[in-house]
Amino acid sequence: MALLEVKDIHTYYGNIHALKGISFEVDSGEIIALIGSNGAGKTTTLRTISGLMAPREGSIIYGGREISAMRADLLVLRGISMVPEGRGVFAKLTVEENLDMGAYIRSDGRVAEDLNSGYAMFPRLKERRKQFAGTLSGGEQQMLAIARALMSKPRLLLLDEPSMGLAPVLVDVVFEAIQRIASEGVTILLVEQNAHMALQIADRGYVLQSGEVAFSDTAASLQRNEIVQKTYLGID
Amino acid sequence: MFRNKSGEFSWVDFTIDVLRVLIVLAVVVGAWNTLSSGRISLAQWVNLFAAGLSQGSIYALIALGYTLVYGILLMINFAHGEVFMAGAFSAFFLAEALNQTGFLNAQPILAILLLFMFAGLVSMTVAVLVERFAYRPLRGSPRLVPLITAIGASFFLQYTFRGLYGSHFKAYPQVQLLQGTLQLGDISIPVTQIFVFSSALVLMFGLHWLVERTRIGKAMRAVSENKEVARLMGIDIDWVILFTFGVGGFLAGSAGVINGLFRPQGVNFYMGFIPGIKAFTAAVLGGIGNIPGAMLGGLFLGVIEAIGPNLVLAGLGIPGANQLKDVIAFTMLVLVLIFRPQGILGERLSETKA
Repeated sequence: MALLEVKDIHTYYGNIHALKGISFEVDSGEIIALIGSNGAGKTTTLRTISGLMAPREGSIIYGGREISAMRADLLVLRGISMVPEGRGVFAKLTVEENLDMGAYIRSDGRVAEDLNSGYAMFPRLKERRKQFAGTLSGGEQQMLAIARALMSKPRLLLLDEPSMGLAPVLVDVVFEAIQRIASEGVTILLVEQNAHMALQIADRGYVLQSGEVAFSDTAASLQRNEIVQKTYLGID
Repeated sequence: MFRNKSGEFSWVDFTIDVLRVLIVLAVVVGAWNTLSSGRISLAQWVNLFAAGLSQGSIYALIALGYTLVYGILLMINFAHGEVFMAGAFSAFFLAEALNQTGFLNAQPILAILLLFMFAGLVSMTVAVLVERFAYRPLRGSPRLVPLITAIGASFFLQYTFRGLYGSHFKAYPQVQLLQGTLQLGDISIPVTQIFVFSSALVLMFGLHWLVERTRIGKAMRAVSENKEVARLMGIDIDWVILFTFGVGGFLAGSAGVINGLFRPQGVNFYMGFIPGIKAFTAAVLGGIGNIPGAMLGGLFLGVIEAIGPNLVLAGLGIPGANQLKDVIAFTMLVLVLIFRPQGILGERLSETKA
């Protein structure tokens, strides 16, 4: 059974019809990529799933339960965690306090262990744990945002443009980390403009165009697809 | 001077610069006259300073409530003066009862702690109710709207207390432990002032610990920085906002007890208005939204109020200078708004916050 089933959702910003009936599925353990150009509705899709926005129509089934009307903070308790667009680190909190906030919902005594495994994944964060997050570089902030999202022990991790604004070396670091997270059993839904990187690590992909799913396939076939190559991979 | 940033002459800048010079002149001349006349001895200055610190710590505790709420909601809770009044007023009845049984002077420390807890809880409850019923339903509406309900809530609270208990001042009973003075050479400092200042310090350290070290304190800071991301951490924003109002309320209630034991004229339904506005001034002075700023602003305002009239106004030959301390406070507010709108410790409001 699919972990996440998005069925024909319509989301609006005021009068603007941003998502016009998007449907897709994410199975447990998969990495799914949503690709598309600016304004295609990728971020809105993630915001709708994470509970920051409510769809006007359609349903979102997660773990067999309808969640489309649920608040974001309650969805975190159910295992959905999101790395928002632009990272969203708390600039005036230290690195470690940011990670503590990631573990806000937890009351078990194993937070310290997970803090250490976060630091093991991104040693740079450990060096800077007492620093304000606002003083980190873009790449470090992205690492922090990912490590923080993992502190809630999610089953489903939503990532919004993790490569945005990063130097190529750091993009590699971040995508390696995503693969490692997936190999530990976390299901991943990844939104990317960098379709090339996204399709390299994804199992399947959905191509969004002006608020609708244009087509979908396995990541390998999408990489060979002529339209995808032309429009999103920059191959002529 | 007299030029704006693009180098052109501007009447506004001219006026502001002239104002600056006049203020500095007035302060220097007034202070010079007073000091050279030697009317006030060093010991008297120290006394004024100590009294100012005590009054200032009351302002500071109230100012923290304004600043905490502003930090999270970018809103001024103008009913906060009444939150202070509610705690001070309610604790008066407890103090009376404790005095009648003799407990107040038999076990003064325990009794005062009880008063703090009681006033704190009453004010906390009032603050939480005001948030829940007057502000929350209007969250997301234009900024003027909660301002209007704040005034409504203020009047509601004032006249509830007036209706229930009349409009007379009721004085707190005396606590023997707090009477008398501490003699340090030439200088004698009333014990009450030491009590006021030290209990305010304890409360401020408590708040600092709460905000910096605890999980809910970190959540308060996270919510104040970015509500959406805070929700993605699983933080229930509404609960954190309610909690923030509660903390501000507790501090205001404690300030109410301190005020009751410090100032002899006692409590009445209207007592929250002036301290509320003054504390708001203090919060703006320190940089609204900034916690150390509110503490500093409160103390600063208290001291300026105590020393300013005697030092500057008396020196300028203004009669009845001490009656004019409110003028000093509100002149400070206007001056801060003109010359340093972000306050002493505040950052310039960024585009997103303004």
